[in-house]
Amino acid sequence: MSKQHASVTNEHKINYILYLADSTLILSHRNSEWCGHAPIIEQDIALTNIALDLLGQARSFYQYAATLIGNNVTEDSLAYLRIENEYKNLLLTELPNDDWANTILKQFYFSVYQYYLYQQLLNNSDEQIVAIANKAIKEVVYHVRWSGEWVVRLGDGTAESHQRMKNAIENLKNYIGEMFIAADFETALQIDVNNIQQQWQEKVNATFAEATLPLPENIFNHTGGKNGVHTEYLGYILTEMQYLQRTYPNAVW
Amino acid sequence: MNNLIKKYFYGDYGEIEEGGSNTSQENQWPLWEIFIRSKQGLDHKHVGSLHAADAKMAIENARDVYTRRLEGVSIWVVESKYITANNPDEAGELFEPAKDKIYRHPTFYKLPDKVNHM
Repeated sequence: MSKQHASVTNEHKINYILYLADSTLILSHRNSEWCGHAPIIEQDIALTNIALDLLGQARSFYQYAATLIGNNVTEDSLAYLRIENEYKNLLLTELPNDDWANTILKQFYFSVYQYYLYQQLLNNSDEQIVAIANKAIKEVVYHVRWSGEWVVRLGDGTAESHQRMKNAIENLKNYIGEMFIAADFETALQIDVNNIQQQWQEKVNATFAEATLPLPENIFNHTGGKNGVHTEYLGYILTEMQYLQRTYPNAVW
Repeated sequence: MNNLIKKYFYGDYGEIEEGGSNTSQENQWPLWEIFIRSKQGLDHKHVGSLHAADAKMAIENARDVYTRRLEGVSIWVVESKYITANNPDEAGELFEPAKDKIYRHPTFYKLPDKVNHM
């Protein structure tokens, strides 16, 4: 009886860690699409740096998940050899980059979420999760700062940049809620999503006020990502991301 | 006449002909000079320059461009246009006169053996 209970908990934990890993990996991949395309080389480097930070976090989570799963599963097989409906990332992270404003706002929403989430995970009972959160949170503080300053810069900038931020707000508004709607594995791990939501909203409100931007209205919450039901975009991302491992299995540098 | 009162900016010579932030391209952000202190107690050293829209962004860009490999503990940025450089044509009168004044080097004193690290 107790053994069965333990294995259920373990499955929830694995799913939760994969959720964290997948969300960071997919957003990392989206950011990496800007590499070589940003209008200014310094910002190209900044966003690529953030992509690398996220990739590093994803690796830590995948490595931990792999040890929990066993069966010769590795960080690489988790990242490169699963199919769409096995991915648990937030829909927000797989949305197309669109323009710079949309890319920035996506990053800002996600980084603020990560910040309050990792703060909560610092008190988690699992030492490994605490260690990963503790290492990652410094990076995330910087991501919040970097993307937040861009939100203000564009929102309180020219008429054109202001309008583009407003478009981005409209574009992404239906993908915010998913972060705060607990999946089974989050409930099982006693993640307090309401607490995260409250702090997230306060930070976003303050930043939008400074950026003279309106808060999104008439929101409908798309969900599904956490349970493997994705938008059509994820398939295209995986096709590109997994191409090498699928075509040349076990290829190494 | 204009030539006589031209102010020279750092970066006026060499690859960046336009120099400073007085670029004609509208989409070009101002140039900033970056100084990094590699560890506590050492001086900030000039490491290069980059483009940024404002000082905050210059610090962040410098962080991403120049301290990715743990090169620094402190960053200074200054917009390039605030650095006044001498005109290379004046190098003669500015620097040549020091050439034959070797007595300005402190090499004519005999130091006692006890004095180390000089």
